[in-house]
This record gives sequence, C-alpha cells and structure tokens, in this order.
Amino acid sequence: MAKAEGLTWTVDDADHMTQAEIYGEVLTQLALKNEKIVAMTADLATSTKIGKFQAKIPERFFDFGIAEANMVAVASGIAETGLIPVISTFAVFASLRAAEFVRTDLCYQKRNVKIIGTHSGTSFGQAGTTHHCTEDLAVMRSFANMVVIAPADARETAKAVEAVLGWDGPCYIRIGRGFEPPLHKDLDFDFEIGKAIELRDGHDVTVIACGVTVLHAMEAAARAAANGVSVRVLDMHTIKPIDEAAVLKAVADTRRIITAEDHSVVGGLGSAVADVIARSGKGCAFRKLGYQDEFSIVGYPEDLLHHYKIDADGILEAIAEVVRAEFEQDENWEDED
Amino acid sequence: MQLTNDPLLTENRQNLSPQWHPPKALTKLDAAERKRLQDKARELRAQIVEVTYTCGGSHIGGSLSQHDILVALYYRYLNIDPSRPHWDQRDRFVLSKGHGGVGHAVILADKGYFDPQLLMDFNKTGSPFGMHLDRLKVPGVDCSTGSLGHGFPLAVGIALGARVQGHKYRTYCVLGDGECHEGAVWEAAMAAGHYKATNLTAFVDRNKLCMDGPTEKVMALEPLDRKFECFGWRVLKIDGHDFDQICDAVDTALAETGRPVMIIANTIKGKGVDFMENKTAWHYGGLDAEMRAKALESIQRS
Repeated sequence: MAKAEGLTWTVDDADHMTQAEIYGEVLTQLALKNEKIVAMTADLATSTKIGKFQAKIPERFFDFGIAEANMVAVASGIAETGLIPVISTFAVFASLRAAEFVRTDLCYQKRNVKIIGTHSGTSFGQAGTTHHCTEDLAVMRSFANMVVIAPADARETAKAVEAVLGWDGPCYIRIGRGFEPPLHKDLDFDFEIGKAIELRDGHDVTVIACGVTVLHAMEAAARAAANGVSVRVLDMHTIKPIDEAAVLKAVADTRRIITAEDHSVVGGLGSAVADVIARSGKGCAFRKLGYQDEFSIVGYPEDLLHHYKIDADGILEAIAEVVRAEFEQDENWEDED
Repeated sequence: MQLTNDPLLTENRQNLSPQWHPPKALTKLDAAERKRLQDKARELRAQIVEVTYTCGGSHIGGSLSQHDILVALYYRYLNIDPSRPHWDQRDRFVLSKGHGGVGHAVILADKGYFDPQLLMDFNKTGSPFGMHLDRLKVPGVDCSTGSLGHGFPLAVGIALGARVQGHKYRTYCVLGDGECHEGAVWEAAMAAGHYKATNLTAFVDRNKLCMDGPTEKVMALEPLDRKFECFGWRVLKIDGHDFDQICDAVDTALAETGRPVMIIANTIKGKGVDFMENKTAWHYGGLDAEMRAKALESIQRS
C-alpha cells in the first residue's frame, strides 16, 4: 500500500489534528527535507496553520500582510529563482481577489507554485458570505495548466500536499476550516492526482463527491443500502484533471449520477462531471448538489450543509429521487451500450 | 551588506559571464563609454522604427522613452550570457511596463539571444513576438508581462528568492508611470520596503503620459517620489535620457545597502523621433514609408 513518504508523525497524531494542522505539519516536514520549499501567507499564519512552518523554518517563510495579489505575483518571481513557493490563505482571496495574478503569473507562465485555499465553501459559516467561497473550483478550473484538488479529510490533505509537491506546475488545494471529521482511518490508501478513489462499489446510482461531502455521501450510501439501493461512492478529489474514465464507468455501470460539493453547482465538480457525461453521448440521469447559483447565508457549517442539502440527508433525498426517475425517451432516442 | 560585499567588485561576483564588462566601481563614464552607449541607443532606436514599420504598429512611444535606461542596463550593467538564457546566476531584468516589449526585443536581438530576422515576423500569427513578450517563447525574457502591476511584484519575488538562497545576482525592474495607478504596484513597493530588498533596483519611466492624456490630469501621481520614500525606498530622480545620470543612479543603487532604490527617470514619450515626442497619441502607432523615413532621419540627428 502506498505510504506518504517523508512523514514522521503517526496515525495516532492525525486523530488529534485538524485538516489544516495536518497540512501545516506535513508541509513543514517536507520542507525540512527539501530546501527549495518556501511558504507564505497574507496575515493568516495562525488561521491557516502555516504558523508551524513559520516557527520551524523562519528563514523560508514570508508573511506579506493583507495583500494577496502581490503575494501570488511574488511567489511567481520566487519560483523563477528555483524555489517552490507554497501559498496559504483563504480560498476566497486566493481564487477571486488574486485571480488575475494566479492566471497570468502562475498558470500562463507555468510556475511551480502551490496554493492551499483554506476556509473554502461555507466552512467559515459564521463569517458570512464575504468569507465563504463557493466559486473557487469554478475559477481555478477555468485556468489552463492548473491542477485543482479538494481533499476529503486531513489524511487525504496530507497526501495531496505531498502529491502536488511532486508535480511540476501550479496546483490549487482547497480545504475547510480544519474541523471536518476524518474519512480515512489511516494512511493505507492510494492517492494519485487525477484518479478518483472508489470508496464503495454499487450498481444503482453513483454519488461523485469531493471535500467535506464525501463523508456525507458514504453515510447516505449506507442508509440507502438499508433500503435496498446499491450506491457507488466516488471520492473525486481531483476536479482538474478529472478522472474521466471513472465517470464513464459510472455512467455505463449505474446510469444515474449525483454530484455533491461544498461549492456552487455552477462550474465546479458537478459541471466538470456533466461535461464528461454530455460528451459521452450516453443517457444518464444526473443531479448536481451544491449551492444552487445563490450566495450562502450565515450559520454554523454543519447546519449550512444541511440547509443546502449537501449533507447525508440531502444526498439521501437525491438518491431516492434519482433512483425513481425514468429516462426521457423520444422516438429517435436509442440506448447504446 | 558590508563594503566587502560590494557587488561591483569582481571577486564578489559568482561565475562572471564572458560578455560582462565590469564597470569600474563607482567611477563616472568616460567620453568613449558615453559615446558607445549613445551610439548603441541611436542604432537600436532605428531598429525599433524598422520593426514598427514592418509589423504594422507598436507601442513605440513608450519603447522610445524607456530606451536609454534599457541600453544602460543591457550594455553596461547586466551580468548575462545570451548563450545561456537560463543560467541560474544571471542578473534578472523585468519590464513591468510590458507593452515596451518591442523595445526590449530589439535589444535582446542585438545582444544575440535570437536571430534578429525573427523580428520581421513581429505580431504575425504563430510568431513568438507580440505586443507583450512571452518568457516561454522569447529567450532572454525572464518574466512574461503585459498586464500592468504584475512585473514589479514578480521582480520583488526574484529578489527575495535570490536572497533566501544567498545568490548574488541583481534584479532590475522598469515600471511605467501610469502603471503606478495599479494597487499591486504599491503592495509590491510595501513588501520590498518591509523586506529591504536591496538587491532589487527599479525605475519609473516617467514620461508623464498615459493613454487618456497626461497622468496628472487622468489620475494624479505626484508627489511620486515621496510616495515611494514613504513605502521604504530611497528615491533618486534623473533625466532618463542622460547616460551620465542613469549610470550615476545605478552605481548609487548598487552601493545602497539600507533600502531598495527607485530611480524616477524623467523621460519623453517618443524620444528621438521629433514628431512623436511628448504626444499621447504615439502610445501606440504604425508608420507608413514616409513617416518611417522621417523617423529615421530624426533619430540620426538626435
């Protein structure tokens, strides 16, 4: 089984660390082994937990204050000198405020810079809409040369950080605020950029989820099984490049797909999957769960996931609906296998 | 930095390029050196006119105003090797006012980074050359610029990255004055001041015009010098077409160890071509055969 190399902390530690703390720890350890890694933030060292790096390797850490656009361009310049910058800030600022700099200074110039966007989706519930980010997957996906990853939990985040550091080019990882419950019990799982993880096989309907919704999808699948519905769950951690083969297999095997994400239904995981389904030319029932082209409200994150029907209850409701749906046929429609 | 770390002293430079002519530390230009730079500037101004004529149009006004600064840097200061455009110890140059690309390209061609004939395809579909130079397509270009407000923070990043690794190369950056409207310019200035990025030397090509008219009428910048000083820079003000003043300023910047240096170079848009000088309209323009001839003749007289 693949192990995350270079990590010296144990599985036991992971249970006590939040998603953000783990990534901070992993990054620090990888940086202790690789002198080229440099970390930076925009006055969010404590919130994004990159403060660990700052404490251990201050000579390779920069705080640029509350100026994200500058930080991204500076990272591009630092990458020119052969170093590997890792930027840490809130998803909304990384993807929107600094968008042009990400596109033009990182993606267009193919700079080896990694961005970790924290507090994505509505994980920063009480902070309200200005600090939520339900558009980052859509924005980052639209940039050529960008890799976009939404890990499901802390252990996946650790593997994702390691994976992007082994990838030559700009990468974006989005995580929550750090208090999401664990999905994986240990590090004994393979993580490969662009390859979905099939957490559960099934043949009636497939739920393709990413980030915090993956655990909810698993719960919904277990409850659906009790009602005799066989649900496949795919952890589509990499939104770009998306695992087309896994989506096409889900179309062929189950003919019903539901996507779930802590993100708008416009432009994110759901749209990326819809792209693949439509191009396949095959009939497939399809639903997207997420924020329905609306801004999110203030609330506790767990309540918001329920409110917007992207928690286990919401996914279960969608499963029940989709399983009952008939394909719409007209006289020219033929089902090809 | 101690005096013994003076980057002008040959023994403190790593891996000197055979093409680098070390200036005598902190001495003035002699007559021969001054003439060499002036002749080269004149020769390459004519080249800018030729490329503009051939390709249908260019940002000729700003390419001519920035020109003498670039000539001084490329023919006296930059430790570079055209045969090794990716040599990791080279000095870096970032044209933050990326629309001056045609002027930059002409210099890179003359230095030998690529076949000058390629410039005749400027702007054509598939050409490596367009209004804004692409570092992945044009050897000698360290950063792709064009959108204003990007190059300056890129240059700050190079300076910081060099320092983290203890590298001794210098980074030079040329900004436009209109470009200083962009907030990112001030974020970068603040960061460079805060981190005392003294291995970065920047210029503002202060030709006092932007596209919609004089900068002071569109969005006033003055007092520009005091703004940069407040952001932690040492500011020098010069005539951007006087090689003695340009070189004195760079020498001062290279010896300055307390703060990064911003050289505000007062320039004339379209400098060298009399009918273009100080004209907003010549921010971007094309030349027909008659104007080309007039332009070349004006340059010869300059």
